[in-house]
Amino acid sequence: MNIVVCVKYVPDATADRQFESDKTVDRVGVDGLLSELDEYAVEQALQIKEKAGDGVEVTALCVGPDKAVDAVRKALQMGADKGVHVVDDAIAGSDAVATSLVLAKAVEKIGPADLVMCGMASTDGAMSVVPAMLAERLGLPQVTQASVVETQGDQVRIKRDGDSATEVIGGTMPLVLSVTDQSGEARYPSFKGIMAAKKKPLETLSLSDLGVDASEVGLEAAWTAVEETTARPPRTAGEIVKDEDGSGAKALADFLASKKFI
Amino acid sequence: MSEVLVVVDHVDGAVKKPTYELLTIAARLGEPSAVFIGGADKAAEVAEAVKKYGAEKVYVVDDAQIKGYLVAPKAEALQQLVEKTSPAAVLIPSTVEGKEVAARLAIKIQSGLITDAVDVQEGPVTTQSVFAGNYTVTAKVTKGTPIITVKPNSAAPEEKAGAGAVEEFAATVSDAAKTAQIVASQPRQATGRPELTEAAIVVSGGRGTGGNFEPVENFADSLGAAVGASRAAVDSGWKPHTFQVGQTGKTVSPQLYVAAGISGAIQHRAGMQTSKTIVAVNKDEEAPLFELVDFGVVGDLHSVLPAATEEINKRKG
Ligand SMILES: Cc1cc2nc3c(=O)[nH]c(=O)nc-3n(C[C@H](O)[C@H](O)[C@H](O)COP(=O)(O)OP(=O)(O)OC[C@H]3O[C@@H](n4cnc5c(N)ncnc54)[C@H](O)[C@@H]3O)c2cc1C
Ligand SMILES: Nc1ncnc2c1ncn2[C@@H]1O[C@H](COP(=O)(O)O)[C@@H](O)[C@H]1O
Repeated sequence: MNIVVCVKYVPDATADRQFESDKTVDRVGVDGLLSELDEYAVEQALQIKEKAGDGVEVTALCVGPDKAVDAVRKALQMGADKGVHVVDDAIAGSDAVATSLVLAKAVEKIGPADLVMCGMASTDGAMSVVPAMLAERLGLPQVTQASVVETQGDQVRIKRDGDSATEVIGGTMPLVLSVTDQSGEARYPSFKGIMAAKKKPLETLSLSDLGVDASEVGLEAAWTAVEETTARPPRTAGEIVKDEDGSGAKALADFLASKKFI
Repeated sequence: MSEVLVVVDHVDGAVKKPTYELLTIAARLGEPSAVFIGGADKAAEVAEAVKKYGAEKVYVVDDAQIKGYLVAPKAEALQQLVEKTSPAAVLIPSTVEGKEVAARLAIKIQSGLITDAVDVQEGPVTTQSVFAGNYTVTAKVTKGTPIITVKPNSAAPEEKAGAGAVEEFAATVSDAAKTAQIVASQPRQATGRPELTEAAIVVSGGRGTGGNFEPVENFADSLGAAVGASRAAVDSGWKPHTFQVGQTGKTVSPQLYVAAGISGAIQHRAGMQTSKTIVAVNKDEEAPLFELVDFGVVGDLHSVLPAATEEINKRKG
């Protein structure tokens, strides 16, 4: 069985994230890392591998700038078998549509995948659309936002908290699967894992390796355009009271009444 | 004037409020047409509801063939409807399913997609809130038919009489689209409170509740509010995941957000930072959430909330 896990390199959410002058996300000036939410996808891929035993190969796939190779490395340290990093200057500024194109071509290049796994959303763009776009491009079904993943042979069953119901969803491989942060704590790389990762195959691909034309990706080719980005004005410091002898409750009620919430 | 397709958000034909918000937005962009994908027997009921908010047409896509399959068939049906109507835009509720349908549709019709808009004006120009609510971004679709998913509370629904002409639309759905299947479904238990993402007031509890949500719930009820929770409270098993507010839970943007016993981690802020008015009750005056508040009480939620609930109920008379 072949599993491809899509891992994104994102600016650290606890750092001060910014936009560049061309209104794309600053991916160079801010420290980046493997998107936390994609660690859960790596974890589930590794659990499927561990359960199924031999014959399962997990490939970590990332589309991103030079530094993004760190995200692939982290996945290898966690236990993925090989890594693929697609890097090309032309990709900078790509939207989800173009990113999904590059990912789809890379998945095809890696070879027939039984499972293409993703995180629930990237922690920077947070659109949660790439998995569905990938599924559409690869002509595959999608079972997404899984909080529990079970596989048996080529059958996949997931549980998810849907918009109005908790659902069990079933599908047959090959398919695209995305998992949430409820699916189970992701492992930390062990010392052994870190050492072993150094010897694992890590392939770097360019757009031409994938047969994607540079005009199909990047900021120019995006099907959407950002007009303006505005930093949210800092909230003006509000009133803070200390609760002494029950005075807090009354002050709170007064405030709510003054704002007409009561 | 061109049509603007609005995908109806509903549960078994019961139309949900965000639909009316989308119809209100659609009227700014063109002529609103509702698209109801559901049981044909509910069509009249749905048409009755949406025409009050300006729907001129109601396309009914009977889901008898596709019920129980995930998003792919809906995307196919919408693709065919877009080809037939050449709309000025397609507006879809920003739910998990809505975004995935939109994603597939975007690839199918080679059109740009904007997700999680919090406002849409003529153009259409969308407004989104990004980076945990720290930035506001306006954007436009530059290719094809703009597909926009819109978050709840993005417009005040405006009543406006529309013709509500029902038109059956027979979509052809490929077998390939009927693959991922819902095997079992457990409808969410009604809480009797407003829905988290749609509520005007949300009261959330965190680890500081120590697992006792009663003060939070009673306080919420005194204000007619929805109840939310931090991930710490969800991970502790005190509330189901559907209550979670934050990066990996729901994003809410109510008129009033009250956080009790929540420290205010960036991932929690990501889900509530754009609330109009923010109130916190926390016994630690250093809690980061206090940086965001319009009003804060440094104190024990187990005494402050019950006393405030009593005070509010008294004032309401
Ligand atoms: C990938 C990822 C995704 C995440 N997604 C989310 C998300 O969607 N939503 C989310 O909420 N978190 C999320 N988190 C977790 C987040 O980082 C915090 O751990 C979490 O929000 C903390 O919850 P809390 O504020 O309830 O608990 P704590 O941080 O432990 O804070 C509890 C607070 O309660 C106060 N307190 C204690 N007792 C009382 C009392 N009696 N009266 C009043 N105050 C009291 C304390 O002073 C403290 O400030 C995510 C984390 C990661 C890594
Ligand atoms: N550039 C990328 N490289 C690899 N995987 C990606 C990339 N962008 C998105 N993904 C995958 O798609 C998921 C959803 O991303 P998004 O739609 O951007 O929220 C992520 O959790 C990743 O698994």
